Amino acid sequence: MLTEYAFWFLSFVAVFSGIAVILSKNPVYSVLNLIMTFFSIAGHYFLMNAQFLAAVHIIVYAGAIMVLFLYVIMMLNLNNLETEKRSNVFKLSAVVAAGLLMTVLSGAIQTADQITLAEKTTGTAGLVENLGIALYRNYLLPFELASVLFLAAMVGAVYLSKKNLNETQA
Amino acid sequence: MTDSMLIYKIILCVIVFAVSLGAAAYMTWGERKLAAWLQDRVGPNRAGPLGLLQPIADGIKMIFKEEMIPTHSNRWLFILGPCFFMLCACMTGVVIPWGAGWEAGGTIFPMQVTDINIGLLYLLGVVSIGVYGVMIGGWASNNKYSLLGALRASSQMISYEVAMGLALIALVMMTGTLSLKEIVGQQDQGLAFVVYQPLGFIIFIICAFAETNRAPFDLPECESELVGGYHTEYSSMKLGFFLFAEYINMFISSAIMASLYFGGYNFPFQHELGLDGNVLTIVQTAVFFGKIFIFIFVFMWVRWTLPRFRYDQLMNLGWKVLLPLAIANIIITGFVMLFMGKLG
Repeated sequence: MLTEYAFWFLSFVAVFSGIAVILSKNPVYSVLNLIMTFFSIAGHYFLMNAQFLAAVHIIVYAGAIMVLFLYVIMMLNLNNLETEKRSNVFKLSAVVAAGLLMTVLSGAIQTADQITLAEKTTGTAGLVENLGIALYRNYLLPFELASVLFLAAMVGAVYLSKKNLNETQA
Repeated sequence: MTDSMLIYKIILCVIVFAVSLGAAAYMTWGERKLAAWLQDRVGPNRAGPLGLLQPIADGIKMIFKEEMIPTHSNRWLFILGPCFFMLCACMTGVVIPWGAGWEAGGTIFPMQVTDINIGLLYLLGVVSIGVYGVMIGGWASNNKYSLLGALRASSQMISYEVAMGLALIALVMMTGTLSLKEIVGQQDQGLAFVVYQPLGFIIFIICAFAETNRAPFDLPECESELVGGYHTEYSSMKLGFFLFAEYINMFISSAIMASLYFGGYNFPFQHELGLDGNVLTIVQTAVFFGKIFIFIFVFMWVRWTLPRFRYDQLMNLGWKVLLPLAIANIIITGFVMLFMGKLG
């Protein structure tokens, strides 16, 4: 019963702060609302007994990535920036793209009842041991490939920023 | 969970909260006395014997001072900043095991508010979101010194979190658990983990100094460059919250270092004394607090001994020295465990 109330509360917070992210005029408010969304999603992970996932979600997204977002926005001081006027073609293409996404999502929701859900609150799939065994035994190759991909992206980002630095200095 | 356990946990929660606040209050007194001692002065000696009532006088002064909110600041975020910083400082105390446990009527009441199996990750998570208080407060002040202080704080905390997390990974590899209760329990017999993880401990203590914004890493509030850093515009109890939360952070990180690397509440020959369970728990808690106060002393000692780093030195130390050392520590730990046959 309590978990059900928690579920509705967290969903409410997640959806409304998610809407607030795109509606706020001030980019700093957008980032703070996005952090709220991440926290409520981490709460959902906790409800599903996926504690490791919840903690990593907070540490990585709320604790590191969003701090960098906030850092950049504060540095750039975007407060006084005028929102540029969008052309009609731009608006129309945005509507079409959003409509297509909604079609895909509603198609996914239609078949959702066929998916077996993880056992709520008693499932052990999200605990550290089980997750570790799944990642390093059953899915070792995809996991390692994904980490190599991340490494390549990081090296690429460093290389690109270094290149610009040399050009401005020269 | 039975009703009696629930009531016990609530009481323990309140006690942990009160002890952190009380310890933090008297740490301000201790810091001033220690600074005076190191600088050959007398220190606070007017309020009460040895100046012992000084923290209470300071608290009353903070509460009754005039509160100012700058006109062009963001009012709600300005208030939210110190509140959030204080909240994060108080949140970490719940996973620390303060003693073995009480036995009453056949049930064991553990001296730990909650033993979640991701205790260490919880600590890292709370530490990583703690920076928002400083960032929001510094930005909402609408002052360039506050903003620069907030930016420095956030970049410093992110940089040192990485090395801190990697230093802990080597410890987790050894213990095979993320629960603080089990990590302390494994040090019940034998040596404390600082013997096996000396490098990890050194990295961790340096990162703890940086995370708590203590000297020589107090660049976010560097008064010679930034007036007061992120709390330049704050007055009254909101300033008090920022300063007070720093002391709570110091207390909690001392407790974490004592439990992870120095055996927590365990002490040598504890089972040979032949003490009754509950008496042993009291002695253990006292020993744990003794260890915590030694670390707090080190925090203060370093503050009045070392000068502040320059900003580029801070970043070089974090990324080019501590991070490679932490990774090397993980690799060395892995090899030693492989050759000792500890891997399953």
